[in-house]
Amino acid sequence: MQSSKSAKKSIQWDKYMVYIIFVVVFIVFAIALGNKGFLNKNNIINILRQTAMISIMAVAGTFVMAAGQIDLTVGATAAMTAMFVSLILQSTNSIILALAAGIGFGCIVGAVNGILVTKFGLPAFLATMGMMQIVRGSAMWITDTSAVPIGNETFCKIFGIGDVAGIPVLILWTIVFYIAGVLIFNKTPFGRHTLATGGNETSAQYSGINTVKVKIIAFVMSGAFAAFAGILYAGRLQAGRYSYGDGDEMSVIAAVVLGGTSMSGGTGSVIGALFGSVLMGMINNALILANLSSAQQTVVKGVIIVLAVAMSNLAQKKNRR
Amino acid sequence: MSDYVLEMKGIEKSFAVPVLKGVDFSIKKGEVHALVGGNGAGKSTLMKIMTGVYSKDAGEISIGGKAVEINSIHDANRYGIAMIFQELSLIQTMTVAENIFLGEEVTKNGIRDTSYMNKKSKEVLESLGIEVEPETVVSTLSVGMSQMVEIAKAVAKDAKILVLDEPTASLSDSETEHLFHLISDLKEKGVSMVYISHRMNEILKIADSITILRDGVIAHSDMVKNMDLDSIIMHMLGSGEGKKFDWVERSYDETAQDLLTVEHLKVNDTISDISFSLKPGEILGFAGLMGSGRTEILETLFGRRRMQGGTVKLRGSQVALKNTQDAIRAGFALIPEDRRKQGLVLIHTVKENAILPKVSRLCKRKVFVDEKRANAMVEDNVKQLNIVTDGIHKRINLLSGGNQQKVVVAKWLNMNPEIIMLDEPTAGVDIGAKAEIIDLIRNFADEGKGVLFVSSELTELMAVCDRIIVLFDGKITGSLSRREIRAEEELQHAIQQEC
Repeated sequence: MQSSKSAKKSIQWDKYMVYIIFVVVFIVFAIALGNKGFLNKNNIINILRQTAMISIMAVAGTFVMAAGQIDLTVGATAAMTAMFVSLILQSTNSIILALAAGIGFGCIVGAVNGILVTKFGLPAFLATMGMMQIVRGSAMWITDTSAVPIGNETFCKIFGIGDVAGIPVLILWTIVFYIAGVLIFNKTPFGRHTLATGGNETSAQYSGINTVKVKIIAFVMSGAFAAFAGILYAGRLQAGRYSYGDGDEMSVIAAVVLGGTSMSGGTGSVIGALFGSVLMGMINNALILANLSSAQQTVVKGVIIVLAVAMSNLAQKKNRR
Repeated sequence: MSDYVLEMKGIEKSFAVPVLKGVDFSIKKGEVHALVGGNGAGKSTLMKIMTGVYSKDAGEISIGGKAVEINSIHDANRYGIAMIFQELSLIQTMTVAENIFLGEEVTKNGIRDTSYMNKKSKEVLESLGIEVEPETVVSTLSVGMSQMVEIAKAVAKDAKILVLDEPTASLSDSETEHLFHLISDLKEKGVSMVYISHRMNEILKIADSITILRDGVIAHSDMVKNMDLDSIIMHMLGSGEGKKFDWVERSYDETAQDLLTVEHLKVNDTISDISFSLKPGEILGFAGLMGSGRTEILETLFGRRRMQGGTVKLRGSQVALKNTQDAIRAGFALIPEDRRKQGLVLIHTVKENAILPKVSRLCKRKVFVDEKRANAMVEDNVKQLNIVTDGIHKRINLLSGGNQQKVVVAKWLNMNPEIIMLDEPTAGVDIGAKAEIIDLIRNFADEGKGVLFVSSELTELMAVCDRIIVLFDGKITGSLSRREIRAEEELQHAIQQEC
C-alpha cells in the first residue's frame, strides 16, 4: 500500500512536468532576456506562429505515440504537400483542388505507413523512416529541387500570412486543431481505443477493439495533419520548397514526449504536446535573442530531445514500480 | 553422509497467507521425484525457493549434506540446480550452440570460438541422444525439441538437479516418448529430476518417488511403486475438509431451445471435432489437463482463433465468428486465462478498464463518451461486485489479484452478454474473492444466460457446474451431469483417462 502513494505522486509529476518546466523556463527567459525583447507582444506572437506547424503535427503525433507507434514521415509529407499545393495552384488556381490533393496525399502516406506496420508487420520506426526518404526524395525530384512560387494571394492569406482581428491565421489554425484533437482524444471512444492499443494491445484485442484499424487511423491522421502543416508552410512562405519541414519529425516527437506521452504508448496528452511544442519554440527564440550561432542552437535542441526522452523513461520506470 | 543430493527441511513461506507450512522435501541422486498437488498447494512456491526465485521464511536447505543458502537463481545454478520452464527461456533467434553457451561463451583472442562451441555442443547433444545440429536456429525447432535443448543446456552447465515443470503439456505423443528416453538417460548419468505434472499416468510411468502437497503441507511421500492412481488422488484431495465450495443444486429448463449449439468445431489438427450444446441458464464446465484444448475452444468461440470447420449456432441460427468484434456482437464474453496480459491494461485505471469494451456504446449524441454514465456504471460495478479500491480512478495494477479479476468480470457484465466464458477465472485469486466470483457466475446463469466454465480446480467445477465436459488431447471423452458425479475422484479419474 506504500507503493500506491508514491505511484500516485509520480503520475502527477510526469503529467504536470511539462507545465512546470514551461513556467520555469518562461520566467528564466523573461528575466534574462527581458531587455532584449523576449516579453515583447510581437515576440510572443512570433513564437506561437513559428511553432504552429510543429504544434499541429504534434496533435496527431500524440495519437500515434499513445498507440505505441512512431511516425517519422511528417516533415517529408509536409514538404511534398507544399510542392503539390503550389504546383496545383500554379496550374489551376483552385484552392479547393489544392487542398483536396494535399490532404489526400497526406492520408495516402499515412495509410501506407499504417498498412506497412499492421499488415506487413514492419516496425513503425523502419517503415516510416523508409517512407520519409521516399516522400522527401519525391519532393526534390518533382521540380528538380527548384521552388514553386504561389501567386494566389487568398490562399496565402488564409493559410499563412493573414490575420483575423490582429491574430495571425497560423495561431487560429493551431487553436482549431487543438480543440479538435483534445475532443477526439479525451472525449471519443476512439481516444480510449488508442490508449488501450498502446497500453496493452493483447488486452485491447480481447476487449473487441480492432487494433489494426486504430493504428491505421492514427497514421492517417498523422499524415493528414502533416499535410495541413505543409499547406501552412506553403502559405506562410508563399511558395513550395522541397526542404520544408526538414527535421520536423524529431521536433514533433520531442514535443509529444515532453507533453507527457510515453514513447511506449498507453498514456498521452494532446494539450501537453502543445506546451511541449511551444516550449521548444520558446527556447529556440531565446537562443536567437541570446545571439547563439545556429550551430550552438542545434546543439541545445539536441540536448532538449535527450532530456525529454530521459524524463519520459524515468517517469515510466517510477510508474512501473 | 546422506544419500540425498538435496534436502529441504521445515520450509515455510507466506505471502500474506501461509503458502508453505513446514515442508520437508528431499531428492536422491539419480531419481525422478514427482511433485504433485492441486493448484495453490504450494508446488511452484517450493520449487521457486529451491531455485532461488523466492527466499524462504524459515527452514533449511542442504546440498550433499552441507547447509547452503540459495538467494538467487545464480546461487541455484552454482549448486547445479536448474529449472526448465513451461514457457521456454531459450533465445529464439540464436542457434542451439549459442544458447547452450549463453553467458559462458568460449573465446579465442577475444573472439567467440564458434567452431569449438559447436563441437562441444554436439558432444553434449549426442551424449543425450538429442538429434539436432548445433548450428540450427532455435526458432525453427519444435516445442519438444526446444525443451530438450533447454535440458541439454542445463546439463552442459553441469546441473545435478533439474526441475521439469509440466514438461509434456504442449508435446505430442512421440515428443513425449522422446523426452522420457532423455529422462531415463539422465537418470543413468546420475542427474536427479523433480517432475511436476498433473498427468498421473506419466508419473506412474517414469517417476521413482512421489511427494504430494496439499494446502502447504506434505500430504504423503512414498516410492511410486507403492502407489497407484487411486491412492495419489486420495492424498491430493485429502479428507474433504479443504473443500470450501459446496454444490448448490440449481435448475434450468432442460427442454428449452439450445442457447448455444457447437457442432464439429475444428480449431486445429488436434482439436478437430468438438460438439456440445448449452441451454439458457446452464453452467457448463470443461475439465481437462493443461493442453487438452480447453482454452483453445473458448478462444475460438470468441473469435481469437480462426475456426477451421464446424458450425456455431445461437438460439438455432448460425453465427459467423470471424473476429472478436463478431463474437462480442453475437453476445459472447470471455474472461481470459491471463488476466494481466489479456484481460487488463495494467497502466490504466479501474474505470478505463471496466468501460473498455463498452466505451463505443456509451456515447451521447453518438460522438462523445458520456463520462457521467461511465462513472456511474463503474461506481455501480464497484458496489455490486464488492471491488476493494480507493476509487474508480485508481490504477488497476495497485489492486489485489482478486479485485483485478472482479474488474475483468465487471467489464464483461457491463456488456450484458448472452454467454459468458470463463477461463481459469480464479487463478491467483484469494479465497474470498473466489467465492464471490463463483456466486457471480451462478447469479448470471440464474438470469437465463449461459456460462462456459474452464478450471483446473475440480472442486470449483464441481461446485458451480450443472454439467461437465471432459477433454483429453483435444477430444471430448465424456460428458457428466453434475448429479451423476458422486465424488471429485470420479472427475479426476475421467480427466486422467483411466476410468
